[in-house]
Amino acid sequence: MSGADDYKGYREPALSVLKRFQVRVWSDVTVASSRGKFTGIILPRSETADPDHVVLKLRSGYNVGLRHNTITAMREDSYKEFHYRVPEKQFPFDPGKPRVKLFGTGGTIASRLDYRTGAVIPAFSPGELYGSVPELADICNLDTEKLYSVFSENMGPEQWIGTAQAIGAEIAKGVNGIVIGHGTDVMHHTAAALSFMVQHSPVPIVMVGSQRSSDRPSSDAALNLIHATTTAAASDIAEVMVCMFGPTSDQYGLLHRGTRVRKMHSSYRSTFRTLSDIPLAMVDRKKITPLKTEYQRRRSDRKVDIDAVFDDRVALLYYYPNMKPDVIDALVDNGYRGIVIAGTGLGHVNKPTYPAFRRACDQGVTVCMTVQTLWGFAQMYVYETGRELMGLGIFPLDNMLPEVAYIKLGWALAHSQDPAEVRRIMTTPIAGEITEREPHNGYLILQGGIPEVEEFIRSFKK
Amino acid sequence: MEYIPLEACPPQVYEGLGLMSGLEIHQQLFTEKKLFCRCPAGRYSKHWDARILRHMRPTLSELGEYDGTALMEFKTKKEITYLINKETVCTYEFDDTPPFQINDQAVDIALEVTLLLNCNMVSEFHIARKQYLDGSIPAGFQRTTILGTDGWIPYAGRRIGIRQLGLEEDSCREVSDIGHQRTYVTDRLGMPLIETVTYPDMKTPQEAAEVAHRLRRLVRATRHVRTGAGAGREDVNVSVRGGNRCEIKGVSSIKRIPLLVHNEAFRQAALLEIRASLLSRGLKPETFAPRDADLTSRLQKTRFVPIRQALDAGKRVAGVLLPVFEGILSRPLTPGRRFMAEFSDRVRVIACIDEQPNIIVSDLPDGTLSPDSWLTARKALGAGTQDAVVLVWGAVEDVRTAVAEIGARAREALVGVPLETRQALPDGNTGFERILPGPERMYPDTDLPPKAVLDAQVDAIRARLPDQPWAREERYLKAGLAPELAFRLSVSPFAPLYDQLAPLGGVRPSCLASLLVDHLRSLKRRGLDLTRLQDAFLSSAFGLLARGKIMWGGVLALIEFSLGGVQGAPEELVDCFQLQPASEDDIRKGLEDTLHELKGRRFPSREDQVRYAMGHFMGRLGRRVDGAEIRRRLSEAVASDRILKETAA
Repeated sequence: MSGADDYKGYREPALSVLKRFQVRVWSDVTVASSRGKFTGIILPRSETADPDHVVLKLRSGYNVGLRHNTITAMREDSYKEFHYRVPEKQFPFDPGKPRVKLFGTGGTIASRLDYRTGAVIPAFSPGELYGSVPELADICNLDTEKLYSVFSENMGPEQWIGTAQAIGAEIAKGVNGIVIGHGTDVMHHTAAALSFMVQHSPVPIVMVGSQRSSDRPSSDAALNLIHATTTAAASDIAEVMVCMFGPTSDQYGLLHRGTRVRKMHSSYRSTFRTLSDIPLAMVDRKKITPLKTEYQRRRSDRKVDIDAVFDDRVALLYYYPNMKPDVIDALVDNGYRGIVIAGTGLGHVNKPTYPAFRRACDQGVTVCMTVQTLWGFAQMYVYETGRELMGLGIFPLDNMLPEVAYIKLGWALAHSQDPAEVRRIMTTPIAGEITEREPHNGYLILQGGIPEVEEFIRSFKK
Repeated sequence: MEYIPLEACPPQVYEGLGLMSGLEIHQQLFTEKKLFCRCPAGRYSKHWDARILRHMRPTLSELGEYDGTALMEFKTKKEITYLINKETVCTYEFDDTPPFQINDQAVDIALEVTLLLNCNMVSEFHIARKQYLDGSIPAGFQRTTILGTDGWIPYAGRRIGIRQLGLEEDSCREVSDIGHQRTYVTDRLGMPLIETVTYPDMKTPQEAAEVAHRLRRLVRATRHVRTGAGAGREDVNVSVRGGNRCEIKGVSSIKRIPLLVHNEAFRQAALLEIRASLLSRGLKPETFAPRDADLTSRLQKTRFVPIRQALDAGKRVAGVLLPVFEGILSRPLTPGRRFMAEFSDRVRVIACIDEQPNIIVSDLPDGTLSPDSWLTARKALGAGTQDAVVLVWGAVEDVRTAVAEIGARAREALVGVPLETRQALPDGNTGFERILPGPERMYPDTDLPPKAVLDAQVDAIRARLPDQPWAREERYLKAGLAPELAFRLSVSPFAPLYDQLAPLGGVRPSCLASLLVDHLRSLKRRGLDLTRLQDAFLSSAFGLLARGKIMWGGVLALIEFSLGGVQGAPEELVDCFQLQPASEDDIRKGLEDTLHELKGRRFPSREDQVRYAMGHFMGRLGRRVDGAEIRRRLSEAVASDRILKETAA
């Protein structure tokens, strides 16, 4: 009995204890220790946990750790390896239902336990998904493909480009809608990238994830997936969208335009919000209710423009008071071709950085302005500071969100070496990233505590 | 076997049944904050700011299995609403924020109890998620951990085994559960709770209650647990020979335990007898085949009100035929419960058809359908004279679930006693709550890393470990306290204070004990706030007593001053209120005054005369003298006075 897997995750000193008593991971053991007797199954050890403890699953189902130097004897009573598996069931085919393709990129939408890290890792196949969310079969014929298996924060240009190309190929094959399972942390970055890289899609492209992993009973994963496949299969909106919970309650999802959406809370289910506009639609188990009337409609052709390029010499600079010019100089000296500033107020930075920005612009670096207030327009002509900055060559991006501007600038720089052309691309809206006007209900953050707000919140499910 | 009432049931009967009972005692800890977030603990609300809606979906266990309870709860398809108050609940409790680091104060208290229970202590605790799909926790699981295993407590000359001591977060309180709508309030949610689980070492209903009392005394000895309504709750596990473990949930008072255990034992015995009858009729679980039919159109004309109303509301009626079940469904289990109640419970809980009656059975046709309608139903199902028929009505989906559950429960009758969690009912019976969950519902909490229990931490807790209450009681008996007083002091929160003050001397142990157990309580009843009384104040007051600087009455006076809000150290108050022991001159003068006062008064007896004299004397100098000595001297003085002798008969 010896193999690399026998001691999954165990390091010294606990490893020696297992070896000394000739027991291994999945051994059902009786342990004598200075803190008493314990019986249970030895579980793998997480690599991020300390190396001092042996983990035992007791008969009651609880796990406990035994410190290496308390263990005086261990006896293997039996051995049985366990594998955590989502039950797989053949996803049924119904010729009368639309075809939906689900691309997997990682994230917690479908996940299982990983002993190596003690965290959850993605699990994903039509069979597994059908096994855990059988409702999907009532909505569509589902086909899945795992493009990547990365945590959200590790998504980057390579993945954006690959995903856009995969979408193009799938549309050419005649699919009725596309769902992309994605980690939520940078879902809005990918949504923006796909909005620019996949243009004039004839079918809905729906990004979806979950804020609570699918290994918990209250997870939003299943309902989000139901909403997303419903949208992909039946919606008339042929745009890149993010589909996530509207309220934190299990009620309905919102469809957000890919260039106007942002993750706004580190953990709430209802974290995704459309900024400076209203969402495209609401979706529940039964229907899709459009909220906006202007959107790209579904078409029956299979034409789509895939424009999947990205120059990653771009930075997003979040301005703070007393920012020093060396930060900007460092970017320029390191060969960055584009800088998006998230400036204060209507789009401002401090005077000491002016020379550095002038130098950047003079060297052909594209420097553009967004607002760190997230809502509202960069209107640099209002104050003297803004006018001075524009004089340096910095130009405003109206109400484009900072993250969207970062993505679009990388995409634009890959299209042209000419700063004037890059500027033209940046200031010309392609997928709703700039809107001409902001409706009054595009900015709604209800302030808790105010009597009428409290009254309102009491009257509906949060 | 004939049902025997609890009071008339000798222990041999339980022995004959092979009764085994174990306990799971839940006890809220006295901490400032909740277990995994910084919300205040122990604050209850009546006002709600917001509502949240959730559904629960079964997930896999760590070892890749579904839990039976989880699947059952999923079948019920409940819409769960949580009522939320912003003062008592944050985004953690309703599962919109990951947990914060565990409350160390709670861990310390739980480790203390782990040591008191003689448990083997883990060296690293892992937070687990225990699935609850009934919605009692918005996350769908309770965060819980084990700190110790395999301990024991002494009881009646033997050891009761402790399976484990866990630390976990408290759940929601259910407000209502009607049809597919269940509502919970969340204020209690997330409060730290310890769960003490015993082995099934109790052999009679009375033993179960006594051990429950003993465990409660033990945790209270730490002085770090909450008391009052809902702060301590018991689950009782019961099985009989050939039966199965059933867990009776939500027993709010230990007094209720004996009848519940007793009735559960007889319920299981009756179920085993039913099984025997069914097997003797040739039925087998693997070939048992109930049939069902939709009877909606056939029963259109019925006048039986519940079905009539259902039909008028456009609902369905279905019949289930249970082959060779004739006469079984009407068999009594315990007083007030027939076997059909087990079916009705399942239909109520799982199919959410909760208006009673929710089923009728052919064994008990009176007052239900007309004989003709019964005949129609039997005919539609093709029932023979040996078969039983169950009718159920409701929404089409619910009736489908109900029909399946009725068949499933009948099949279980052929196996024996189903593993169930049962709800304690006010009449001492129990009702089905859910299928008993197994270890499959445990899942590691991936949000929190494991945490080591260091030797230094354990040593520190051990050093300040209180005595176990029975050890304490033993000690008080040896010190000469009367048994009743010794017991009450051993469970009193003032016991540690007694231990601190008694060695100072200057007062008899029984005096001190009754001061702490009785006198303080009477002051509290008078509305005085006992939390004003500082331990340091009391110990310096008793120090003065021991050094002869004040008398017993002086101690009582100081306590009342302090509780009354008078500021100052005991020494200062003694000067200020002149509590120093009276001089012999003062006493003599006081005695003379009192004797003078007695002259010219007549008393029915000598005792009355002395009592009056005591009252008169003590009213003036009582705080500064030894009462016993004064009584002696007054008695002597009265006895030797010629005039006074005559005025008392």
